[in-house]
Amino acid sequence: MSGLNDLYQEILLEHNSKPRNFRVVEPHTHYKEGFNPLCGDRILLYMDVKDDVVVDIGFQGSGCAISRASTSMLTETIMGQKIEDINQVFEEVHKMLTEPGAELDVNLLGDLEMLSGVTDFPVRIKCAMLSWHTLKSLIDNSSEPVSTE
Amino acid sequence: MSQQHIKEYVGDKSVEEIRKDFPILSQKVNGKPLVYLDNGATTQKPLTVINAISDYYKEYNSNIHRGVHALSQFATDKYEESRGKVRAFINAGAEEEIIFVRGTTEAINLVAESYGRSNLSSGDDVIISTMEHHSNIVPWQMICDNTGATLKVIPIDDNGVLMLDEYERMLSSNTKIVSIVHQSNTLGTINPVKMMTEMAHDKGAVVLVDGAQSAPHLAVDVQEIGCDFFAFSGHKVCGPTGVGILYGKKDILENMKPYQGGGDMIRSVSFEHTSYNDLPYKFEAGTPNIAGGIGLGVALDYLVSLGMSNIAAYEKELLLYARQQLTGMSGLRIIGNAEQFGGVVSFVMESAHPHDIGTILDTEGVAIRTGHHCTQPLMDRFDIPATARASVSFYNTKSDIDALIVAVDRVSELFG
Ligand SMILES: Cc1ncc(COP(=O)(O)O)c(C=O)c1O
Repeated sequence: MSGLNDLYQEILLEHNSKPRNFRVVEPHTHYKEGFNPLCGDRILLYMDVKDDVVVDIGFQGSGCAISRASTSMLTETIMGQKIEDINQVFEEVHKMLTEPGAELDVNLLGDLEMLSGVTDFPVRIKCAMLSWHTLKSLIDNSSEPVSTE
Repeated sequence: MSQQHIKEYVGDKSVEEIRKDFPILSQKVNGKPLVYLDNGATTQKPLTVINAISDYYKEYNSNIHRGVHALSQFATDKYEESRGKVRAFINAGAEEEIIFVRGTTEAINLVAESYGRSNLSSGDDVIISTMEHHSNIVPWQMICDNTGATLKVIPIDDNGVLMLDEYERMLSSNTKIVSIVHQSNTLGTINPVKMMTEMAHDKGAVVLVDGAQSAPHLAVDVQEIGCDFFAFSGHKVCGPTGVGILYGKKDILENMKPYQGGGDMIRSVSFEHTSYNDLPYKFEAGTPNIAGGIGLGVALDYLVSLGMSNIAAYEKELLLYARQQLTGMSGLRIIGNAEQFGGVVSFVMESAHPHDIGTILDTEGVAIRTGHHCTQPLMDRFDIPATARASVSFYNTKSDIDALIVAVDRVSELFG
């Protein structure tokens, strides 16, 4: 099935089996937990921010391949970014996953484009978005844990 | 793959014939024939049930227990006839002991709210187990919170079997209610509810058996079990959603306060005083799910025509085959290995998360459930976030199981 191969692309599977920045960041300035009660995916996102720049980012938790790979890619993308630029990346990922066919800024997305296969599997979009929602609420500084439900 | 032969008959009816009674089973999903192995969540409905529901709306839709007109009388008769079928299905002593509710969840809430509220106070214990569905946990937590009673939990061993010596130690004269799942929806474990009921009765406690997963798969005899309450859902026994049953012993129900107030549950109402109706109507406030109740009776007719012990025997063969096939796969672990089991096989894989397993199986047309199955404390017990669960019904075939195995192989291929 082509849809399945589009979903589980090699890069995604590789991020799943060897996630980047899969560690607690200590010390950190930001921490947030994201939870998908439907499937039990849980991610803990840590960020250390100095002078409005993400100097370190890492995550822990358990989840499906989609959520894990998405989070792993997120940390690679966000590492070194200015806080003020993060929202733009979030919006682009959100657009890619929720508006199939929309024109995308591929430069901004980079490897994240590998996640686009998820759009053929609507029930899995939440898995891919979990870490991004968590990141957004982390920079918005909301104190509630993030839940996809 | 093993050449193991399974005779695809339930009693003397072939599964091929049976499948013709279920219109939904002939469809394709993602271009592949539907392999429906999510029967633990809900079962498919035979045409007789679907027709019974549409006949009600087409031919005699009217309210029950209220009208003098012909349609209302006819609908009332059909609805009450269904109650009789339910009584026979679980071998209750009397029809008054059969209360129509929305499902297992509402049945348990009814008992917790009505029996629990009047009979629990601080110092009392309610006992449940580690393998309970959330619907047999949360209502008890709520009523314990309200009354100051303590909720105690029977632990399980690594095979997913209740530790009965711990249960025995837990029981005391403080135990007021024991509420136990008959057959686990996640592990398949069948619990020794008759013995557990006797043990509880020795201490003066009442027992509720959550039969959501046993009623579809084995012959239930509430008098033989001896339990005080038994709950099950229509939609898991090939009946409609939105209807279920609470069985309760008459003398206990008579002493319980109504759960909801409204029409049908009263004998007379004045602003000074209201007197309640007799059993079972005392617990059936408002217009019920009439079509659902009638459909449930027709679903039970269908199961009875096949024979519950025939169903149990055939499903057991399918499950043993599935378990045997899965056991051979590397990196795969079955969760729940009780000797007495039915209905389901749950598993986890080292390489793939259950959610990914579910998606891959779906593209192969194989419908299973992945997640915590509303048994989060049980997931914690096994230190896993979720499982993949295949759950069978009598209309499943050996080739359904083979399709499951092929699809699981595909997962291994993709995820290594
Ligand atoms: C063991 C068990 N108990 C209770 C329930 C709740 O049933 P319902 O949702 O039909 O009320 C279920 C359904 O999944 C179940 O499997």
